[in-house]
Amino acid sequence: MSVLVFTENWDGKFKKLSFELISYATKLAEMLNTKSIALSIGEVEKSELEKLGKYGAHKIISIINKNLDILDNQVYSQLIADIAQKEEVTVIVLANNNVGKALAPRLSVRLKAGLGAGVTKLPVNIDPFVVYKKVYSGNAFAEVRIKSEIKILTIAQNSFDLIETYNHAEIVNTEVFVADGQVKTQMLEVQKQTGKILLTDAEIVVSGGRGMKTPDNWGPLIEMASLLGAATACSRPVSDEGWRPHEEHTGQTGKIISPNLYFAIGISGATQHLAGVSSSKVIVAINTDKDAPIFEAANYGIVGDAIKVLPKLVDAIKELKGK
Amino acid sequence: MKILVCISNVPDTTTKVKFIDNSRTLDTVGVQWVINPWDELALTRALELKDDPANGIQQVAVAHVGLVSAEPTIRKALAIGADEAFRVNSYAKDAFFVAAQLSEVIKTNPFDIILCGIESSDYNGSSVGGMLSEFLGINSVSAVSSIKIENGKSLIHREIDGGKEILTIPSPYVAIVQKGIAKEPRIAAMRGIMMARTKPIKVSEPVDIDSLTEVIHFELPKPRTACKFVDPENPKQLIELLQNEAKII
Ligand SMILES: Cc1cc2nc3c(=O)[nH]c(=O)nc-3n(C[C@H](O)[C@H](O)[C@H](O)COP(=O)(O)OP(=O)(O)OC[C@H]3O[C@@H](n4cnc5c(N)ncnc54)[C@H](O)[C@@H]3O)c2cc1C
Ligand SMILES: Nc1ncnc2c1ncn2[C@@H]1O[C@H](COP(=O)(O)O)[C@@H](O)[C@H]1O
Repeated sequence: MSVLVFTENWDGKFKKLSFELISYATKLAEMLNTKSIALSIGEVEKSELEKLGKYGAHKIISIINKNLDILDNQVYSQLIADIAQKEEVTVIVLANNNVGKALAPRLSVRLKAGLGAGVTKLPVNIDPFVVYKKVYSGNAFAEVRIKSEIKILTIAQNSFDLIETYNHAEIVNTEVFVADGQVKTQMLEVQKQTGKILLTDAEIVVSGGRGMKTPDNWGPLIEMASLLGAATACSRPVSDEGWRPHEEHTGQTGKIISPNLYFAIGISGATQHLAGVSSSKVIVAINTDKDAPIFEAANYGIVGDAIKVLPKLVDAIKELKGK
Repeated sequence: MKILVCISNVPDTTTKVKFIDNSRTLDTVGVQWVINPWDELALTRALELKDDPANGIQQVAVAHVGLVSAEPTIRKALAIGADEAFRVNSYAKDAFFVAAQLSEVIKTNPFDIILCGIESSDYNGSSVGGMLSEFLGINSVSAVSSIKIENGKSLIHREIDGGKEILTIPSPYVAIVQKGIAKEPRIAAMRGIMMARTKPIKVSEPVDIDSLTEVIHFELPKPRTACKFVDPENPKQLIELLQNEAKII
């Protein structure tokens, strides 16, 4: 028995989310009286792999194979399922992100293992196995019982704190064979932005809505974000109008994020917008309308004109940062 | 080529959800049912692809696992432009069950491209598309934001952290689509609504398969603590609160 974690690295570096997953899996393994195992695919240095131990991984299976450079869902899910079977895994933990969402359902069918998707905390019960997750786009939560022997969980990003346990993990370099012809996904081009804080990774997000009035007013908002080390985001109409790039749109039909701090500036707080941001730990709203629904979701609010308030906020942050 | 769009029938996104039966069941009183927004966009893209004869799409169908009460939603998909519909006559027990039923439909009615949404706005499972591809033993691409067809080959955009990949995979495949797949959902025109009445909905009975999960309890989110207001003339106070009270900057 063990809990297997599918980790993701970014050019050989693990992201915080992988450490969240290991922390989660290690706690879960304790509840199940077993150990957590991390699976790493791709070239990652030993010192980086060892970091997984710091968050409690007992063993790290490291696989390097050029036929795994492209994420082919069929090849990957087969590989993970094989490892899970070999290691007699009872729970597989993945992130509830693009990659996790692509693989977890396939694993579920392959292993006949019930899937708890987007769980936000440790299981509320182990026997029967009951997980807790967001449903109805954040308008409700559900306790879901997983009836199968093996379970697959995808964990909502930023919903579980890192726990350092400093385990000295055993690193096992494992060879796998993937025939050239097996990889059917053929990559034609990759377009990547670099140097930008990714919205889904950001701990602080500064987001603007139609209340920002024109795209020319974004200067202070962007300045505030850069002072705070935050990512910028927007409501859907703002990206529809082309004021801001599409990848910044948050909400039900955009990105779903849960930063520690979310600034909603000139955003009314429609349910579809809140669906993407309501699990932020703290929400700050700036809006001219004191009755705007965003204030019902917000922890802190300023009733005022964003165009006037933002420069003052920027000054206050500069003062705080001692500049 | 034939395209199938799997559609789920969900409460309108502005529904204030409530539960009955000891918080085990959604209270459907007053709920407006709609095609899951992602599936509506998937259908729109499928029809756009069919509009251009160069793409060689002969048929766009939709499939749904659900009871007869979902037929207005299926008719809406036909009115928007789908040629025919399949319905597996069963309550959707869980994603595993739904995917298994859909795979049976597809095994007897093969399709080249199968589209699913990234998530249905009720259970937010993000599950059915991937599960279906595994049941069918075919490939899948998730996080798809664009599909084009060139010389019979699919060109697919897959969103990745901070960018996108442009890739191709052989048919048949399942594409799990998200933002970008189509701009605006296509709306049913009068003619489409008339025509939908005569289009077939092929109903089949479910195969016997167990679900792997069940919802045992729903709950509403706890109300947030009341918003604390800060004087707009003195936003510095906000920064102090975030620093000293919330301790997050
Ligand atoms: C199926 C569906 C899916 C959707 N998905 C999404 C989604 O994913 N994300 C999303 O965001 N929306 C989504 N929407 C749209 C959503 O319903 C709202 O229309 C949208 O969120 C409104 O954006 P907004 O708050 O920027 O604009 P508005 O609703 O126009 O609000 C602007 C706000 O700014 C305030 N304001 C005006 N001037 C100022 C000023 N000078 N200073 C400060 N405040 C000011 C106003 O009081 C108002 O509250 C969806 C809708 C549907 C039907
Ligand atoms: N009952 C259903 N019938 C047909 N397709 C469905 C059903 N439920 C979900 N789907 C499809 O699966 C996608 C993801 O749904 P889910 O896994 O429930 O989040 C949806 O966008 C639909 O394309």
